Amino acid sequence: MRGRRSRFAVVKTVCRYALLVALAAIVLFPIVITVVNSLLPPDKIVQRPPTLVPTNPQWSTYGTALGDGHLGIYLRNSFLVAGLITLAQVATAVLAAYAFAFLRFPLRNFLFVVFLSTLMVPFEVTIITNRQTIVSLGWFDSYPALVVPFLATGFGAFLLRQAFLQVPTDLQDAAALDGYGHWRFMTRVVVPLARPAIGALAVFSFLSAWNQYLWPLIVTDSDSVRTVQIGLRQLRATSLDQINVTFAGTILAALPIFVLLVVFQKQLVRGLTAGAVKG
Amino acid sequence: MSFVGEERRPGTRRPRTRRRRRRREIGLAFLLLSPSLVVFGVFVFYPLVKTFSLMFYKTPPFPGLPSRYVGFDQIRDVLTSSDFLESLRTTVLFALYTVPTGIALGLLLAVVAHQRLRGIAVFRTIFSSTVATSVAVASVIFFTLLNPQVGLVSYWLGREGGTGILQDPRWALPAVSIATVWQTLGLTFILMSAALQAVPDELLEAAAVDGAGAWTRFRRVTLPLLSPTIFFATVIGLISAFQAFGQIDLLTEGGPLNKTRVLTYYLYQAAFRSNNDGLAAVLAISLFAITLGLTLLQLRLIERRVFYAR
Repeated sequence: MRGRRSRFAVVKTVCRYALLVALAAIVLFPIVITVVNSLLPPDKIVQRPPTLVPTNPQWSTYGTALGDGHLGIYLRNSFLVAGLITLAQVATAVLAAYAFAFLRFPLRNFLFVVFLSTLMVPFEVTIITNRQTIVSLGWFDSYPALVVPFLATGFGAFLLRQAFLQVPTDLQDAAALDGYGHWRFMTRVVVPLARPAIGALAVFSFLSAWNQYLWPLIVTDSDSVRTVQIGLRQLRATSLDQINVTFAGTILAALPIFVLLVVFQKQLVRGLTAGAVKG
Repeated sequence: MSFVGEERRPGTRRPRTRRRRRRREIGLAFLLLSPSLVVFGVFVFYPLVKTFSLMFYKTPPFPGLPSRYVGFDQIRDVLTSSDFLESLRTTVLFALYTVPTGIALGLLLAVVAHQRLRGIAVFRTIFSSTVATSVAVASVIFFTLLNPQVGLVSYWLGREGGTGILQDPRWALPAVSIATVWQTLGLTFILMSAALQAVPDELLEAAAVDGAGAWTRFRRVTLPLLSPTIFFATVIGLISAFQAFGQIDLLTEGGPLNKTRVLTYYLYQAAFRSNNDGLAAVLAISLFAITLGLTLLQLRLIERRVFYAR
């Protein structure tokens, strides 16, 4: 009796693993194929039946992608742009959220609604005029064009205000008794206490900035400022005898976010589940 | 609400000092808000108002000529044009192809990964891995997979050398949708997993004691408890489906025969290819109206979530 039951349990476990492995294979298939193809010489990629295991991996393709494929420049631009946007969004969101959470001033509720209402305007809706604004400011094809429109975030201010409101009243009173002004209270008490929310916002901001596509496409023209997403568009168009470079470039473009996913898994999940609010 | 710097015992100081403090607090508040307000003013509200007004002006056929005020004519013409209606239809189809499929698959992965098994963390990481792929990365991957010369999928489907799947009017939109579902699967999996972990074990155990099988427990206990998350994911999915652009630009450029020209891509073509700002403005505002409806729905939901959280 016992033996039969345990055999049944073993079969069940094997089935569970089989299902997991099958699903994992389906999810990973596009990535695996891209990695494999990035390590094959172009003539092996078009050869049939296809090679699924690179016996003689050509790592130099990655060097070609970084250099001749300009991926190095594109990645640098993406890091710069996404990094600046993240820093700026965290800063402006902390300041605004502090005002909404701790200060009394006229029009407070109205202004909070103004902040929230920015969430309801998809960026796509405003691109016609925003591009004209960028051109007339003389910023076309430059870093400011990629960064300045995203210096503030209504979503971030909303998220951090929620977090700031959780700061216990006792702490506010204690800080007031210690003679803390607003600046010291904000930097020494509020911001450290709200670190998880700020971390989530930072990861979310970085990810959204890194993934931007339409805006960089319409305000940049030259490789020296283009981000990696637009770089991929150029790489896509390369000829068949360079197709391995396209594969390597795709992996290079995804790699930084893979690393981010592994290192900041907790913040990423928090940021995405909270950030999903914005879409 | 108490706040730092507030005079806690009125009467201990002269009223004039208090008034000055109050004025300083107001000044500080506006100082803190001003960076955000400037950015929003220039890059959100001004362009929104400007885009509204652009709808009433017809762009001249040749650059250099003044644009002409036409009132509501242009709005009516565009909204009833076959180009617009076909684009809207394509967008709705795209949303119908991507959103339910994505949620069903995300839920499936979340349920399968919600087991106590050795090494399950590895599978969780794999299932959430497509979060790391941007729309552009996913699109280039599928572009090469579906390429009629080198694509493995084309090879396995026996279509190598013939018309590419992305060039086939019947299969282009489904193919773009599959790429999109794959790219968003990681996020959907993360959302569904988080919701699944919040389902109390006692409820499921109680149902098991009452003789409910695995499927009944899932249908009668888990699924109802997941319904807020599913609804939430549906609304987010719809909003991002209506804003889809990158995958269209990289995979099909709106073709073949405009079969994949979703609203955002049509807007892009109108504004930056044919420089027809009037047409583009009408498209932008209709996009705005659609997403506004969806966002309001979603905000009501957040309100409820926040309320429950307290």
